[in-house]
Amino acid sequence: MCFTISLCSLLSNFQVSRFNSTLVIAEHDDAKLAPITLNAITAAGKLGSDVSVLVTGANATKVAEQVAKVSGVKRVLIAQDEKLKNNLPERVTPVVLASQKQFNFSSIVAGASAFSRSVIPRVAAKLDCSPISDVTEIHSAGTFTRTQYAGNAVVKVQSSAPVKLMTFRGTSFPPAAAEGGSGAVENAPAGDIKTDLSEFVGQELSKSDRPSLTTAKIVVSGGRGVKSAENFKLIFDLADKLGAGVGASRAAVDAGFVHNDMQVGQTGKIVAPELYIAVGISGAIQHLAGMKDSKVIVAINKDPDAPIFQVRSFCFKKLTVNGHFLLH
Amino acid sequence: MRILVGVKRVIDYAVKVRVKPDKTGVVTENVQHSMNPFDEIALEEAVKMKEKKLATEVVAISMGGPKSQETLRTALAKGADKAIHVEVPDADIAKVEPLHVARVLQKIVDREKFDVVFLGKQAIDDDASQTAPLLAGLLDWPQALYASKVEKAGDSHLKVTREIDGGLDTIKVKLPAVLSADLRLNEPRYATLPNIMKAKKKPMEKLSAKDLGVDLTPQTKTLEVNDPPVRKAGGFVDDVPQLIEKLREKGLIKS
Repeated sequence: MCFTISLCSLLSNFQVSRFNSTLVIAEHDDAKLAPITLNAITAAGKLGSDVSVLVTGANATKVAEQVAKVSGVKRVLIAQDEKLKNNLPERVTPVVLASQKQFNFSSIVAGASAFSRSVIPRVAAKLDCSPISDVTEIHSAGTFTRTQYAGNAVVKVQSSAPVKLMTFRGTSFPPAAAEGGSGAVENAPAGDIKTDLSEFVGQELSKSDRPSLTTAKIVVSGGRGVKSAENFKLIFDLADKLGAGVGASRAAVDAGFVHNDMQVGQTGKIVAPELYIAVGISGAIQHLAGMKDSKVIVAINKDPDAPIFQVRSFCFKKLTVNGHFLLH
Repeated sequence: MRILVGVKRVIDYAVKVRVKPDKTGVVTENVQHSMNPFDEIALEEAVKMKEKKLATEVVAISMGGPKSQETLRTALAKGADKAIHVEVPDADIAKVEPLHVARVLQKIVDREKFDVVFLGKQAIDDDASQTAPLLAGLLDWPQALYASKVEKAGDSHLKVTREIDGGLDTIKVKLPAVLSADLRLNEPRYATLPNIMKAKKKPMEKLSAKDLGVDLTPQTKTLEVNDPPVRKAGGFVDDVPQLIEKLREKGLIKS
């Protein structure tokens, strides 16, 4: 580890290096690249540097082929190893560190998701660098904007960290084109992967044919006002008519109407669709944090004083619980 | 098993924060503060583990100004046995980064043996969500973040169900480990009056980052803090057909 610390102090003497390079850590499910990685590749390109992408996992080769075609990707590093199945952060970190040791990237980044929030800070600790979460804007290779206090303070920061470790808010950067790139594919240097710290037991992923909440063009969300899990069917029906993703407020999740991975807000998912329809959601600070960048917000609520009405574009006040949501 | 729980004093979640006119930060004077909600959940889980005889001792730690002691007293009233206050002068609080907090926690763990460090998944003020994985990295311990269920798995492991983007996953981590609490892990208890009185007698150690040999030089400088852009207020519609008509006009829904 002494190496990286000395490397860090050495690097800080050359803050303005002529050559910048960025490593994006790819997220995938062994078959498909996660869409947020495409947003991260766009953001990485804005750092004014070469973009490399690291794909780790038990089936990394297939995903690496997809990544190599992404516009703007210069190099793809593959770390394929049975030990990397499910990409546990304790195992991905040494691979990232080995790649850093060999290529000396000026930034190591990923899309802000549960996966990268687990990996990026762990890598940052090893490099003795202070990471920056959920960046929404890039001004230069060292100056960024992010939000605090549930989106109620927009903070511009300058990082003097020798290596910039960052996660990017997916909805703030357009996805890179999945075609048209021709990145060179090579094997990542081998990391010292320890397997005794943690192991993957299993997962229960919510199955749904609807568009993913974070990338859907239209999102319909239900809150406490929907009243029950049965009534949530109205929300799903409306969403299906519109080809929309379905979200929920914390109250709806806590009341057991829907699963927690549908929660929109400060501590749930951040969405910014073209159209966000909030049904029976009062609009607490924490919920607004997750959707107030939507292009058009429609609120359907019977309480004319609900805070959601302060951000909506159109509202419709006369909600009946039986709701006339038929769209023809 | 000894558990160290990190608790942070933050502006209360129900307060609408105001950005200072000079753009240096948000107004914190005379604003209601309380314990970060995710830390309350981490503390509750640690106290529950003690009640189930899985843990022998729960120590609460907070890094911050003199008023962080109130947050620590609340933690003691909710069932922590001891408290450690790592005092930071008020003027420096805004410059403290998750990396500094993680280093302080690392030093405390080096000083005495803990099997679990339990933190909240994020603080609702800086929204960084970094301290737990940073600490796990510094200590080379396994991490189980966004826990919605924590179970013992034999003598040397914990089984943790985590809230991830697509649903839930379950992992096993070897002790010692760093955990972070998500919203749905539990329902934190209220401190009762007798417990608040008893908490006054529980021990609270005072330290500074310097005592622990942690350098608080920041790597991130705040250039300016602004209000988010204000959305233009929209209009009300009278009925569903009118709403749909408006959305059609805007090309948001197809006929």
